[in-house]
Amino acid sequence: MGKYIIRRLFDLLPTVFVVAVIVFIITRLIPGNPAAVMLGPTASVEDIEKLTTQLGLDQPLYKQFFDYLLGLLQGDFGTSLSYNQPVVQLIMERFPNTVILALAALIIALLIGIPAGMISAARQNSALDYGVMLVSLLGVSMPIFWLGVMLVLFFSVNLGWFPATGMGTLDDGWISYIKHLILPSITLATIPMATFARITRSSMLEVISQEYIKTARAKGVAEFWVISKHVLKNALTPILTVLGMQISMLLGGAVLTETIFSWPGMGRLIVDAIDKRDFVVVQGTVLFIAIIFVLVNLLVDILYKVVNPRVNYESSKGGGQ
Amino acid sequence: MSENLLSIEGLDVEFRSSSSTVKAVNGVNLTLKKKETLGIVGESGSGKSVTATALMQLIPSPPGKISSGKILFNGTDLLTLSKKEMRAIRGNEIAMIFQDPMTSLNPVFTVGNQIIEAIRQHKKLSKKEARLEAIEMLKTVGIPEPEKRIDMYPHEFSGGMRQRAMIAIALSCNPKLLIADEPTTALDVTVQAQILELMKDLQESNDTSIIMITHDLGVVWEMCDNIIVMYAGTTVESGSVETIFKNPLHPYTWGLLESQITKDVQHNEKLPAIPGSPPDLRKPVPGCPFVDRCPYSAEICHTKKPEYIEVEPGHFAACHFQTATSRLEKKEGMFVD
Amino acid sequence: MMNVQPNTPETIAAAKGHIPANEKVFLKKLLKNKLAAVGLAVTILMILVAVFAPFIATHPPNEMNVGNSLKPIGTDGHILGTDNYGRDLFSRLVYGARISLLVGVSAVLFGAILGTFLGLISGYFGGRLDSIIMRTMDGLFAFPFILLAITLMTVLGQGLVNVIIAIGIANIPGFARIVRGQVLSVKEEEYIEVTHSLGATHSRILFHHVLPNCLAPLIVYGTMSVAGAIISEAALSFLGLGVQPPTASWGSILKDGKDFLVLNPQMATFSGLAILITVLGINLFGDGLRDALDPKMRV
Repeated sequence: MGKYIIRRLFDLLPTVFVVAVIVFIITRLIPGNPAAVMLGPTASVEDIEKLTTQLGLDQPLYKQFFDYLLGLLQGDFGTSLSYNQPVVQLIMERFPNTVILALAALIIALLIGIPAGMISAARQNSALDYGVMLVSLLGVSMPIFWLGVMLVLFFSVNLGWFPATGMGTLDDGWISYIKHLILPSITLATIPMATFARITRSSMLEVISQEYIKTARAKGVAEFWVISKHVLKNALTPILTVLGMQISMLLGGAVLTETIFSWPGMGRLIVDAIDKRDFVVVQGTVLFIAIIFVLVNLLVDILYKVVNPRVNYESSKGGGQ
Repeated sequence: MSENLLSIEGLDVEFRSSSSTVKAVNGVNLTLKKKETLGIVGESGSGKSVTATALMQLIPSPPGKISSGKILFNGTDLLTLSKKEMRAIRGNEIAMIFQDPMTSLNPVFTVGNQIIEAIRQHKKLSKKEARLEAIEMLKTVGIPEPEKRIDMYPHEFSGGMRQRAMIAIALSCNPKLLIADEPTTALDVTVQAQILELMKDLQESNDTSIIMITHDLGVVWEMCDNIIVMYAGTTVESGSVETIFKNPLHPYTWGLLESQITKDVQHNEKLPAIPGSPPDLRKPVPGCPFVDRCPYSAEICHTKKPEYIEVEPGHFAACHFQTATSRLEKKEGMFVD
Repeated sequence: MMNVQPNTPETIAAAKGHIPANEKVFLKKLLKNKLAAVGLAVTILMILVAVFAPFIATHPPNEMNVGNSLKPIGTDGHILGTDNYGRDLFSRLVYGARISLLVGVSAVLFGAILGTFLGLISGYFGGRLDSIIMRTMDGLFAFPFILLAITLMTVLGQGLVNVIIAIGIANIPGFARIVRGQVLSVKEEEYIEVTHSLGATHSRILFHHVLPNCLAPLIVYGTMSVAGAIISEAALSFLGLGVQPPTASWGSILKDGKDFLVLNPQMATFSGLAILITVLGINLFGDGLRDALDPKMRV
């Protein structure tokens, strides 16, 4: 197992390299001089020239790229102009907040989505099944930025139950902390929750018709355990595949959710940076999120092995999605 | 005469869909005595597996439904039991093994885990005790190095080994009745023989009764005391193996025997070559279900369902012409072993 | 056979996709699915609204009347009231359908054409070309979809065409992977070899034999992607990165509505509902398509 993880980590290097290249190319797509764009129309020629030199934009492209990569290897994501701080520092201040939000959403999504899908599969074609499927279809179709706004309108503006924006601090006590977390995490959880319900149902239905499920029933195992032990563990593989993809949805959705709820995370950082035309921050943060996503997917791959003993350690060549 | 362990009376099983109802089992009767082995033979779709599944009450419902009949096991009608009472019987007093050992073991749990689960389902044992018993079971079914094998996953076992493991699961609680649904069909010929031998040995030492569902008459001859021939959801003939093999009365049984003999008992092949195909069970026919494929059918076969009557002691058949000796002459004696 | 492939969307979309030869059977199957029929109806309705927007809208969508802003439902012939510039909300929503569908369909076509091309040559020729293309796709996949679109928009700048390009690019890797997976499975089949040995050119094999086999999953995935693209456009506009004002887009109406939530909740409510209903309709239809074309595929 340890060997496998190390090999997969090495497998990831090309992907991370490609990610870095993509980010580099995108930032070079900016029409005209990025320094001029960043400083806005009122900037003086001297200021633009100074920034151009500072960003190394007067260097030949290959040299810019080389310096950029070298910086990345040393953990240098550049320095923000508007914050006057290293981008890494900005990210590290906000990353934990995004993790808290994303984790809370993921937990809600798993705790509700998977059991809902299980119940739906166990009662296939019942009214309950149709209900769950309809709600989850509504969920996957949900523009979450709208849902967030509606939750604010209803629970904050009309009912006054939860704060509309901001993140609580633990100094104000747990209750305030949780109250701040509830609306954003529900907003962010909606799509993954619905997706888990759908994929759980369909993969459970596939497993339920297998012969070994009949074997379990023939042993006299109660239906509850047949479903939650024998069926679920076999159905986990597709659920895990979806989990990997949903992490991506969560990180992307966090940008929108954090904007609506003024949550001080990385998404908020990106949107603010866009407003301030601070491309260095945008570039660094996006790159960071992509690398996080690649690493999380490695984790999901490792979970595969735990869940599914049939997966061959040696022959499974990872595509490193 | 020892008393019946099991008797099924007038069992009907239906599968409903929005557009049609299929009567998969239609008025099946059978009895099984203690320590006896009963073979149920027939083509796929004849209702033999459905009968066995109904007996375990594992018919998926919906769409399946046991619409009438009695299943008397040790004097109790299983159809009147609650779910919980039935669970206490499943795996404990009646156990089942299936056709394909590749798919009948759960791939994500170790073999040991699956045997222990069966044991602990019905016996109050600690995990440790159950594990020791599981190792013992693996030894009993002839799996070498059971202490090591117990922690392996099904995909690390060969087909024959898996079927042995299935038998270990099935017999772990000393069931009175073992239902074996085509237990050797998916196996190599040599392994088939070993598995059958194993089942026989275990039957002897445990006093188990066996229902052997198969389309392989060789297996029936080898293993069974009595035999039931099913066709299109009904029993068309039943009796002791000797009687049926020597004096088959139903044209379908002839067809079965004939095709097996001409094929020199090809174990791995599907049941063969009786021209035609079984009737569409969605459309019940007024007459004999075999009429379209029967070389001897007459007017009456199209209009009237033949009754299932005792032609000689212990030998039942459902054919209008079972006593028409003229027709039998050319066939008689042909299947004597 | 027992070696389960981890980590691949190919496994998900591995199911073989042929359009059923008998189209009648396919249509019957599709329409029998009531939800799919409802989805199709909603989708068609939205297309009609977009096409006939000038006839349906009660006011010019960009006609401002600051003195008449944020009026509630039913004021002075404004069916859904007015927005913060006094523009008729209903008319803006009607015109918003044009932007949503235009971006949804164009962006997916953009992504589908490029992605399919890349997937085809990648899967068909294999080797180093395959590694380079798929590594790039893996790299693109590492960015959350909406984040990639956001980043591209910050660089490209606001505007309708740029929105289409940004969402289109973000759509490329999904199509490339699906097509490549299909190509790999089709390539193994004997008739391709036979065709090749008969001297058919690569492009002929690709476009006459391989591509038709990819159609079913492409159609299903494409339909679902349109729904995703519509949401993405709305999200970009919601962040102020989408089409330029004063063009009416559901996302930008929602963005404005968010600022006037208390004074005039219908701006946010109805713009979001329009997105939700459209996307739900397309997804219902897509689900039905998938079940009818390719029941083994899961998205």
